[in-house]
Amino acid sequence: MTTTQMIFLATALLTLVAAIMVVSTRKLVHAALWLILALFGVAITFVLLEAGFFAVIQVVVYIGAIAILMIFAIMLTRREVRDVSPQTNRSWWLAAVITVLFFTGIVFMLSSWEGFSVNQPVAGVGVDTIDKLGQALVSPHAYVLPFEVASVLLLAAMIGAIYAAREKK
Amino acid sequence: MVPLPWYLIFAAALFCIGLYGVLARKNAIAILMGVELMLNAVNINLIAFWRYQAVEQVAGPAFAVIVFAVAAAEVAVGLALFISIYRRRDSIIADDIDLLKW
Amino acid sequence: MTIETIIWLLPLPPLLAFFLIVLFTNRSKKLSHIIAVGAALLSWAGSMVVFFRALQVGGHHLGEHPFTAAINWLPLGSGWLRIGVLVDPLSATTLFFVAWTVLTIFLYSVGYHNYGQPKGDADRMGLPPGGATVTDEHGHKHTVPSVEPMYSRFFAFIGLFAFGMYLLVVSDNLFTSFVGWEIMGLCSYLLIGFWYGKASARAAMIKAFITTRIGDVFMLLGIAYLYAQTGTLTFRQIFTPQILHELVSTPAPVLGLSAAGLIGILLFIGTVGKSAQWPLHVWLPDAMEGPTPVSAMIHAATMVSAGVYMVIRMFPLLSAGAEHAHLTTPMMAMAFIGAFTALFSATIAVAQNDIKRVLAYSTISQLGYMVAALGIGAYVAAAFHLVTHAFFKALLFLGSGSVIHGVEHGALYTSMHLDANDMFNMGGLKKKMPITFWTFLIGGFALSGFPVLTAGFWSKDEILSDAFGHGHHIVFWTLAAAALLTAFYTMRQISLTFLGKPRTEATRHAHETPWTMTTPLVILAMFAVTFGWLGVPEHFPVLGGLLPNWFHDFVGSTLTEHPETVPFNFVPLVVSLVVALGGLSLGWLVYRNVPAGAQDPLKKPLGKLYTILQHKYYFDEMYDFLFVRPATWISEVFAYQWIDRGVIDGLLHAIAALSLKIGSFLRNYIDIPIVNGSGDLAGNTIKRMGVTFRVLQTGRVQQYMVIAILTTVTFGAVFYYLLGWH
Repeated sequence: MTTTQMIFLATALLTLVAAIMVVSTRKLVHAALWLILALFGVAITFVLLEAGFFAVIQVVVYIGAIAILMIFAIMLTRREVRDVSPQTNRSWWLAAVITVLFFTGIVFMLSSWEGFSVNQPVAGVGVDTIDKLGQALVSPHAYVLPFEVASVLLLAAMIGAIYAAREKK
Repeated sequence: MVPLPWYLIFAAALFCIGLYGVLARKNAIAILMGVELMLNAVNINLIAFWRYQAVEQVAGPAFAVIVFAVAAAEVAVGLALFISIYRRRDSIIADDIDLLKW
Repeated sequence: MTIETIIWLLPLPPLLAFFLIVLFTNRSKKLSHIIAVGAALLSWAGSMVVFFRALQVGGHHLGEHPFTAAINWLPLGSGWLRIGVLVDPLSATTLFFVAWTVLTIFLYSVGYHNYGQPKGDADRMGLPPGGATVTDEHGHKHTVPSVEPMYSRFFAFIGLFAFGMYLLVVSDNLFTSFVGWEIMGLCSYLLIGFWYGKASARAAMIKAFITTRIGDVFMLLGIAYLYAQTGTLTFRQIFTPQILHELVSTPAPVLGLSAAGLIGILLFIGTVGKSAQWPLHVWLPDAMEGPTPVSAMIHAATMVSAGVYMVIRMFPLLSAGAEHAHLTTPMMAMAFIGAFTALFSATIAVAQNDIKRVLAYSTISQLGYMVAALGIGAYVAAAFHLVTHAFFKALLFLGSGSVIHGVEHGALYTSMHLDANDMFNMGGLKKKMPITFWTFLIGGFALSGFPVLTAGFWSKDEILSDAFGHGHHIVFWTLAAAALLTAFYTMRQISLTFLGKPRTEATRHAHETPWTMTTPLVILAMFAVTFGWLGVPEHFPVLGGLLPNWFHDFVGSTLTEHPETVPFNFVPLVVSLVVALGGLSLGWLVYRNVPAGAQDPLKKPLGKLYTILQHKYYFDEMYDFLFVRPATWISEVFAYQWIDRGVIDGLLHAIAALSLKIGSFLRNYIDIPIVNGSGDLAGNTIKRMGVTFRVLQTGRVQQYMVIAILTTVTFGAVFYYLLGWH
């Protein structure tokens, strides 16, 4: 087992444990904090995949904005601070079954795919990635359209969020 | 080197945990957290496949960027809606918001 | 305007009068009678023009070249049915008397229906008028005759009647003659039952129509057979020697007759019906139910004369094939029936008390004379008697109407109800109604054959001479006996009505009728006297030769073979004088002093016979038993109850019941359970499915997601295995 693999396993374990804690803890604030941890773990995974840019984006956008936003929302919608009732709904068992089924199904399908046993990553490309990405996002032959649409989407989301969350007089 | 299947299984597991969170949690914000986990799993999948299969192409990262943007937008709007709902009904338990039942 | 055009137009004015009155002037009595009398006047004028033109042209010429015109009317397979007009000497003479009698009767009707009198107190349409109460200047109330409520209708009907007669007389073919014949039959029905409110009138109108109809059916058969044999109905074409010879030589399918014989008999049966000969005589006495102008019209001027006119017209056919002085079968039938009827009804007339019934039976008797005369071949004599009879019979009927009116006026004045027709309620009217008396006397004498002065003598004498001269002795003596009885009952009638003293209060207060009624009487009386002088036989002692026998020459020219006159013989003359004068004196002797309330002087001596005569030999009762009751049974019981209600209605009811059963079966066992049921089932099933499935919709998003993911997983697994995804 190489070093990278070990790091990966540790990271994966961390992330999965954090994720499990997210979906099972009773206190909502704790769930948010566990979420932050999970997101961190995902950022590390990105680093391992030699997509450092995305790791940074992950930290900045997800943890820095989204998770914080969630904490805000939790704060704003709390009935009681010491709410320790079970946080799962009545049919959680069905959800568990589905989850397991799903997982099994995915794994099964993946295993019958011949690329499943590829071990070697393709040869690295280095820092070139970000440059290429940047070019692609503004090049009319490439992904400028999704880029622009995404920006419009963000605008719409912003306006929508502001409107939806407005205080009604 | 880390074999690709590990990444994929990892992403699948993360996805399923997120799915469980979506289906089993009471609080709406907790559901949203589950959704975030699922999206992150998707991103991992994307980047892993890009790295191991088609590194010269830039489709992978581009797609991942879009996913990031969409996730952010969606969280913002969702939380705004939850706050609005909370103001009206004083509750964001998903089971309580069942006006559209028969 | 040519003479043929005038002839075409002759029937038109009365027809127009009919339509105008019916459509427009029904409400106005004055307008209606003006139109009707005006129309009669127009046709009279036209007829006079035609008659005088005919006289100008002269009998011989007219006989060979009659005024005639024809048009193509009905297109048949090959050729046309032609109809047209024909005026030969016979029809010219007939036109003369028809025009005069029709005109006088129309004028008479104005007075008869009390024009100018007030409306009655209780008068209803369909019943004879019953009098109106008037208050004079002293405040006395008395009843006067009231005007007839259906005044205009009467004139419309007699207008149609006149049309029918004119049409019959001017026709040149059997077809339009038959049309006129039938129109008159219809009008006789309408007019006999003019006062339809009376049950007796209703019965009489039906009896008249049905009885004449029986005759008409046979006549129609004759016409059809004639047409089938010869292909033509025009008189001038039938009476050619070739056609007549052909008809005589063709054997007919019945009774061993020739075609001519069978046709003759069939046509004669029509006359038996229309001219009320035995055995179809029963309708004529009952026809007295109609108003008196109608009786005059039907039984003198027009309808019964039409019957005789028809056989006179068809004489060449009836006598075809007879060897000299022998009679053909139709002629023998005519001679027998005519003579028998003459005597038969004369006996009945002796025992009748109703003034109009006596005249009715006398008409039947006189028509028997004419038919018998024709039967023995006395063509001119029959025609002569037809004309004179029309005049004096019309005179007698109108006179009797005047008498009845006078008595009724008296009855209203004294507010008594009595039968104004019964001669035993009259008497002494000579002083009260002089004009009526003298004209009635003239008519009665003409009927009896009073010598020289009356037309009836000349025509009757000619018939008797022809019978004796040609050796038909049975006919001669029968007719002589009938003449005796005729004179007797006529004098009986005159004595009971006019002579002696009034027998009832009402008669005491009778008075003369207005000028509209007496003027026609005077006119007709003139003809009754003078017309006979046109037919004085040449070899008559003293008087013969003074005036030419114009009638014989003129009318005799109608036939291709001019009939010869019979050589004069004293026997018939003496016999005729004896029976006429003897009968008149006998009647006067027996009846001149019958007191009020007394029975008929003849009752005791004749005993049972009198009752039989009074009941008309019980012929009506016999016909009722033999024919009317079975017919009624067939129609009421058999046809109506059994067949119509039982079979036909029963069938309908059965079909209806069956349809109802089928319908309710379909409804209850197919429509409701199956059709409705399946519809309801579909609806209910969907509803239940909805109820069952709606629990899925909980409104909870997470549950929706669960279902979605489960479904996706399931499908994914299915597709994976089925399609071999990898």
